[in-house]
Amino acid sequence: MSEQHVDTGRRRFLTVATSAVGGVAAAGVAVPFLMSFAPSERAKAAGAPVEVDISKLEPGQKINVEWRGKPVWVLSRTPEQLKNLATIEGELLDPKSESPEQPEYCKNATRSIKPEILVAVGICTHLGCSPTHRPDIAPADLGPKWVGGFYCPCHGSKFDLAARVYNGVPAPKNMEVPPHKYMSDTRLLIGDDK
Amino acid sequence: MSKGQQLLNWIDDRFPLSSMLKEHVTEYYAPKNFNFWYFFGSLAMLVLVIQIVTGIFLTMNYKPDGTLNGAGIPVAFASVEYIMRDVAGGWVIRYMHSTGASMFFVVVYLHMFRGLIYGSYKQPRELVWVFGTLIFLCLMAEAFMGYLLPWGQMSFWGAQVIVNLFASIPVIGPDLSVFIRGDFVVGDATLNRFFALHVIAVPLILLALVVAHLIALHEVGSNNPDGVEIKKLKDDKGIPLDGIPFHPYYTVKDVLGVAVFLIVFSAIVFFAPEMGGYFLEHPNFDQADPLKTPAHIAPVWYFTPFYAILRAVPSFAGTQVWGVLAMGAAVVLIAFLPWLDKSPVKSIRYRGSKFKAMLVLFIISFIGLGILGALPSTNVRTVVAQIFSVVYFAFFLAMPFYTKNDVGSTPVPTRVTMSTPARQVRFAVLVIVTLVAATLFAKFI
Repeated sequence: MSEQHVDTGRRRFLTVATSAVGGVAAAGVAVPFLMSFAPSERAKAAGAPVEVDISKLEPGQKINVEWRGKPVWVLSRTPEQLKNLATIEGELLDPKSESPEQPEYCKNATRSIKPEILVAVGICTHLGCSPTHRPDIAPADLGPKWVGGFYCPCHGSKFDLAARVYNGVPAPKNMEVPPHKYMSDTRLLIGDDK
Repeated sequence: MSKGQQLLNWIDDRFPLSSMLKEHVTEYYAPKNFNFWYFFGSLAMLVLVIQIVTGIFLTMNYKPDGTLNGAGIPVAFASVEYIMRDVAGGWVIRYMHSTGASMFFVVVYLHMFRGLIYGSYKQPRELVWVFGTLIFLCLMAEAFMGYLLPWGQMSFWGAQVIVNLFASIPVIGPDLSVFIRGDFVVGDATLNRFFALHVIAVPLILLALVVAHLIALHEVGSNNPDGVEIKKLKDDKGIPLDGIPFHPYYTVKDVLGVAVFLIVFSAIVFFAPEMGGYFLEHPNFDQADPLKTPAHIAPVWYFTPFYAILRAVPSFAGTQVWGVLAMGAAVVLIAFLPWLDKSPVKSIRYRGSKFKAMLVLFIISFIGLGILGALPSTNVRTVVAQIFSVVYFAFFLAMPFYTKNDVGSTPVPTRVTMSTPARQVRFAVLVIVTLVAATLFAKFI
């Protein structure tokens, strides 16, 4: 075999070109695999609105409704509880609900359409546990200033009865108010407001 | 030539069987002064085998299905109960797997601690250590995903909390957490993908990393309690003067370790498989309920030190991503030990007082964080956890400063030394003091 001249420039070009084309192909093949990690069409479609009858909801009472697999609270607040919402505003992180955790029509002092009825996704904005309803006044474990609210058992975040977060707790935001509307005086639709 | 020898020759002409056995077993020369701490590498291999074998048999009856059956019980949860009650031998296989998960972390933590005190990560064993850290990371992923599969309350809410850690990352977080779950909540899609990753993807990576860990180790040779490089002094045949062949010397030694380990392992499997709620948490005997969080959420014991660090970091600037970053850093920093440690000596036996003092503080912090992570947080506990977290990070980040020129009064010997009764008594006392102190701390904090 004769000694041949090796064109290293050409060889390097072919190596780089082959690697680049192969890399593009590998990246392309990865797309469907990565896409399969996103929610499926069925999972996206499962977010249908839920209708709730609130005619039997007594003042002070809370019911849990499942919407998109999450707990949604429907809480009827007593006049006294509504009055307390204003008095504790100084201890809250976002008392005016500036952060967009609620639809425009709930950006008010009670974070609700009807003042007494709170509708909120019962998921702590810290790491997703479901806080406990603690309407009792000044219990031993929550201190003398407690006027009723929600307490997260996982990491100790506190929320008031409008699901607004207190200062100095792990949760960084108020709890979410889902889109909702009243079909009639006693029929509530959660998940749709159009 | 015997028939057996002929067969071996036939194979050796086609596959390097004899030479591989020689390289890794019969002529792998390990230092002759291995002590108690050197059991845990082989024990980790044993537990890996236990987990793979029991895992294969569990998948034959387990169903990764989060939907409710006719009785209103999630199929996955019901299939675990089926394994426990109706499958012949199913309960013992499952308890071996659940006990194996915890014992894996017991032996791996002790194995890592061995590396820490004898400087086994130092040059030339940096890659052995890095592969080991990756094995530890895989093990954490494996344990976390496996814990979702029984689909109990702790499975569900534990996964909910950990996946939401990713949601705290600014900008991409919320979408990332949906991407991990495959749904807007932890659900059937999450369960199925965790099952696939737990039984196929992560074990394959784990096995590959174990092979890499061993190949890297056998390339450079084992460290030892004196931190002496035995390859520096060899006899005229090229065999290290302080080396003995792994087989039969250490295979026999390891068999003793295996026997003792299996006694402990069996005692747990048969008499205390839940280990008082630490190996199998009590709320996990309730089926997953997406609408109700258990009153107290705590990860399984082996995650509690890192979980305590997560909880100790407060949120600021409108996000609580800092805790998540701190927790990640606490694990990742371990991989950087070879480059953080500037000490001229490897073993703690020949180090100075600064390293020893820092190590004691580190042990106190790590065990303290582990205890705090399992308890509900209070103001006092949060402050203590914050102090321990600072010490944890200081141990790593200040290491380049306090290890520099930090050598003890005894110089490193040229040949390895054997243990003495005085040293063994001191070791036993230290273990007892640690256990008593940990128990007292857990009781009074």
